[in-house]
Amino acid sequence: MNQPRVETQREVGDEVRQTTCYMCACRCGINVHLKSGKVAYIDGNRDHPINKGVLCAKGASGIMQVTAPSRLTAPLRRVGPRGSGAFEVITWEEALSTAVAWMKPLREIAPEKLAFFTGRDQSQSLTGWWAQNFGTPNYAAHGGFCSVNMAAGGIYTIGGAFWEFGQPDWERTKLFVMFGVAEDHDSNPIKIGIGKLKARGARVISVNPVRTGYSAVADDWIGITPGTDGLLILSLIHCLLEAGKVDLEYLAQWTNAPLLVTEAEGAEKGLFVKNAESQPFVIDKTTGHPAPWDGKGVQPDLGAEWQGNRTVFRHMVEEYLKPEYAPEAVAPRCGVAAGRIRALAAELAEVAFDHAITLDQPWTDFRGNSHKDMPGRPVSFHAMRGISAHSNGFQTARALHLLQIILGSLETPGGYRLKPPYPKPIEAHPTPHFVTTPGKPLTGPHLGYVRSPDDLCLLPDGSPARIDKAFSWENPFSAHGMMHMVIPNAHAGDPYRIDTLFLYMANMSWNSSMNSARVMEMLTEKDGDDYVIPRIIYSDAYASEMVAYADLILPDTTYLERHDCISLLDRPISEPDAAGDAIRWPVLEPDREVRCFQSVLLDLGARLGLPGMVNEDGTAKFKDYADYIVNHQRRPGVGPLMGFRGNGEAEGRGAPNPDQMQRYIENGAFYQAHVPVEASFYKPWNAAYQDWAVRLGLYETPQPYLFNIWSEPLRRFQLAAEGFGPRQPPDHLRDRLKQAMHPLPIWYAPFGDEDAAFGYQVHALTQRPMDQYHSWGSQNAWLRQIKGHNYLYLPTKIWVAQGFAEGDWARVSSRAGTIVVPVAHMAALNENTIWTWNAIGKRKGAWALDEGAPEATTGFLLNHLISELLPDRDGVRLSNSDPVTGQAAWFDQRVRVERVAAKDHPRGTSEPMFEKLPDPPRAGGGRHNSSAKNWIQNYRRKFVSPVEGME
Amino acid sequence: MTALPQATQTKLGLVIDLDTCVGCQACVTACKGWNDAGIGLSDQNPYGADPSGTFLNRVHSYQVAIPDAPAQVVTFPRSCLHCDNAPCVTVCPTGASYKRAEDGIVLVNEDACIGCGLCAWACPYGAREMDEAQGVMKKCTLCVDRIYNETLAEEDREPACVRTCPTNARHFGDLADPDSAVSRLVAERGGYDLMPDMGTKPTNKYLPPRKKGPGTASPLAPLLDVKATGIAGWLDRMLGKI
Repeated sequence: MNQPRVETQREVGDEVRQTTCYMCACRCGINVHLKSGKVAYIDGNRDHPINKGVLCAKGASGIMQVTAPSRLTAPLRRVGPRGSGAFEVITWEEALSTAVAWMKPLREIAPEKLAFFTGRDQSQSLTGWWAQNFGTPNYAAHGGFCSVNMAAGGIYTIGGAFWEFGQPDWERTKLFVMFGVAEDHDSNPIKIGIGKLKARGARVISVNPVRTGYSAVADDWIGITPGTDGLLILSLIHCLLEAGKVDLEYLAQWTNAPLLVTEAEGAEKGLFVKNAESQPFVIDKTTGHPAPWDGKGVQPDLGAEWQGNRTVFRHMVEEYLKPEYAPEAVAPRCGVAAGRIRALAAELAEVAFDHAITLDQPWTDFRGNSHKDMPGRPVSFHAMRGISAHSNGFQTARALHLLQIILGSLETPGGYRLKPPYPKPIEAHPTPHFVTTPGKPLTGPHLGYVRSPDDLCLLPDGSPARIDKAFSWENPFSAHGMMHMVIPNAHAGDPYRIDTLFLYMANMSWNSSMNSARVMEMLTEKDGDDYVIPRIIYSDAYASEMVAYADLILPDTTYLERHDCISLLDRPISEPDAAGDAIRWPVLEPDREVRCFQSVLLDLGARLGLPGMVNEDGTAKFKDYADYIVNHQRRPGVGPLMGFRGNGEAEGRGAPNPDQMQRYIENGAFYQAHVPVEASFYKPWNAAYQDWAVRLGLYETPQPYLFNIWSEPLRRFQLAAEGFGPRQPPDHLRDRLKQAMHPLPIWYAPFGDEDAAFGYQVHALTQRPMDQYHSWGSQNAWLRQIKGHNYLYLPTKIWVAQGFAEGDWARVSSRAGTIVVPVAHMAALNENTIWTWNAIGKRKGAWALDEGAPEATTGFLLNHLISELLPDRDGVRLSNSDPVTGQAAWFDQRVRVERVAAKDHPRGTSEPMFEKLPDPPRAGGGRHNSSAKNWIQNYRRKFVSPVEGME
Repeated sequence: MTALPQATQTKLGLVIDLDTCVGCQACVTACKGWNDAGIGLSDQNPYGADPSGTFLNRVHSYQVAIPDAPAQVVTFPRSCLHCDNAPCVTVCPTGASYKRAEDGIVLVNEDACIGCGLCAWACPYGAREMDEAQGVMKKCTLCVDRIYNETLAEEDREPACVRTCPTNARHFGDLADPDSAVSRLVAERGGYDLMPDMGTKPTNKYLPPRKKGPGTASPLAPLLDVKATGIAGWLDRMLGKI
């Protein structure tokens, strides 16, 4: 047969440069194939610990990101009214001197008047350090509206968290249960892990109101009612306790279950009974006498009662054996049949206790006790925003950790494993710092872990010190700040007004704010001649919706044009068996007047004379971000990157090495420090792990600790609410603190449930599609072809009851607003829940999209329905957030849905529709618009005129 | 009309695991990127009101109603199945569509394609897409410019979609060889032909979703009657165990 010759030896490029992806927070390793200096193809780096060669839809579309027409091109200064989009192009010198002219007087007189908040910031150890040296208390990244409940709930309980800070033992787990996991953190690693489980037929269960993605492939799906996961989990704990299926040895050795809780009324009630050295202690079963909690050979008695004080274990058992946690009692509320709950508990128990595994690996614990092997309970869990973005999310996250603890699976073979720098106890984290002194830095980092009311960020009059009211009585454990409250609070002057709002990569006038329509008004409202928020500086690489609302634009580079470090000082790329960090480096040189934001920040810091950023003679200490990454030392010998320090051989600790960046580039842009094999499991208590962590510089001394089933920091706030202690909450918060700050994981109804009484019965959720999750800009020419439309998905019950038909619209209302949006039917959905893909909707004129783009015409946000405040009670402004952490309670949302027949909505666009944003100066170009050709032309080209290349 | 080879000794193809595919679309853009750099896959109005473009691999999701059980969602990657009895080949008026004798890959010779679109009509799987700018038919080449490409590392000589798939739901190999990893997977997991009644004899196979539903663990028996004994009784019984 006469077959044509096929080119099989095509060279994709002439050079491969390895760097780190930035399309989400996974931070996968990528191979950027260049041809004549241009990007030809991007695929995954096979040697990289995070993605092992694979890449997601976003990562493989990076080529459309670096060529996007929405790329900003030069610094801009607003010349028309704010929001009008009238800008003039200015030089970098003008931009930087303008920023300094605004900031410098604030630093000298009132540093708190500068609020610096960052969005999809992957350089928080730099941005936080900068803000600390500026001296403003008003700094955080976007964790407050992302998933801080996951982080805080985990760290206060187990000294680690879900998110990307740990992962199931994918090689050994036999049962994997997900709660509220959409396709979010930790995206590619979870997909790789699910693939491993599926390959060997291990069982996967998903608890999620929506059955898409991971839930779609799960072997079992529990379509729970939103906001009730905590109740379901506590019911599982009830079932396990009822049947005696708990790991008593694990509880006795590794948790605070055997500690004694003070019974006597008074200021100590509910705190641990302490000895003369102020240490909690246990009762040794063998002697019946008090013994140190960390004593060698001690056999703690879980059931002890000593001088009228009972153990945490006894409190725990008494709480969860209550009939209110029985499956039959929680079933209606959870929307899950009692039999299903009992069956899940039985399945967990069977795998944990009847299919336990053992690794033949001796190890020694921190008490000095030797163990001949590592027993494991191969049940693992993961949870994310579905449980986190509720006003009861902190306690729900705690409940899930408690479930793992009583099964004895955490940090054991087959269970959930933490990644360095975790495990790390609360005591090893800083407390928040906030005290301002004009012209001086803060005395420590902004964000931290509060132990007691003494650590709150309050001014002498008791009012919140921070603009977002983080670490106040309203949200005491707001470990990631509360970015979603910055603009509303600054606008309301509650707790005070600010002067300059400095934002990085955060779309606050659109999808990153609750109540977006109102936020746009807050940004443009005036008080006399000046804006209520007088100055806004914004840095972004793209023409996002936020650009029009800034006064000064500092254009950033794209991810292939910049340096970065993915550092152990903030969010590294570790694996359970290795600490890991990474870099980005400019594999392309920018062709526009744009600068890496972090270099700009260091430049501003030098111009402002901030400590650490200037030499003694006042000159800039760092040439740019790359210089900082290599030469900055946070503590002597410890810098942003751990690899190739000193003479190039030092790991973790060592002097700065001028060749470090080049060594990372040669190593594929990452570095790993491997955990010794005897330190692989039981890390919080494993002496070999603790010693390794100190050697690496994760901390200065070993930090073994017990898991906190009973949380003293929580109890200290309850005590304050009960009237004990010198620092007292306002009266209107006492009841809420008593409920939310319970020292044991508990469940209470999400605050949003109160809206049901007003006729808003239906739960409303959003999730990001896997092909756009956390990506900055779905204007990506390829990704928008995959999901350029979003619909409101309605469950069968609502679809049928109201007679919805294809092509219809729905009017969706809440206490905060109304939207009219296109609908679609979805059967695989909790029957009282509606949902949509988040952030598909764009504002007309933004992101260099045509004004007729579906994202801007039918695309929509649920944000307009979600108030940033809870309903007004006696004039008190309380944020719509978890009362413990300040996590934005997006998923508490309740709505009413009414059918709008297609014929009654002839306009065919979603509502509300906002004015078109003007187009700022931007790169243009981008993906070539290849217009369609008539096939006859093609026919003529081939068969009428000579055809080139025909053999 | 174009003739098919009598039989091929080697049948290169894909095995796609529907029990594992989460619908992440990674394969879609890896394919788009690789083939755009190679044969060119145009986009029309990429930033416009109605963007469209040529993709050789798309992932759709379907809802499946199950009697007496919750509805399910199946994500379903769709690309050329490299059929033994490929109707897209036999229908081609110019010989542009052909099936390679040496490995069974179905390709389009773009130099001979007149863009008449008959093959797309003939394909029951909707696996061919007209490149509107080039005026020629495009389809999955099984990355013929990767799998034999000696400029790539040996481990990379597999289709872009397979290399990138995060869940490892896509497998590449010789389905004519009963001992190949892909053939064994098909045998173990009940891999099946898509729409076998069409008589196309596709090379690619799909692995069906495994049976879903609650587990089979025995119900937990209560330790004792807590109501009767109180917590103290429970503690005695429980702590007596250690």
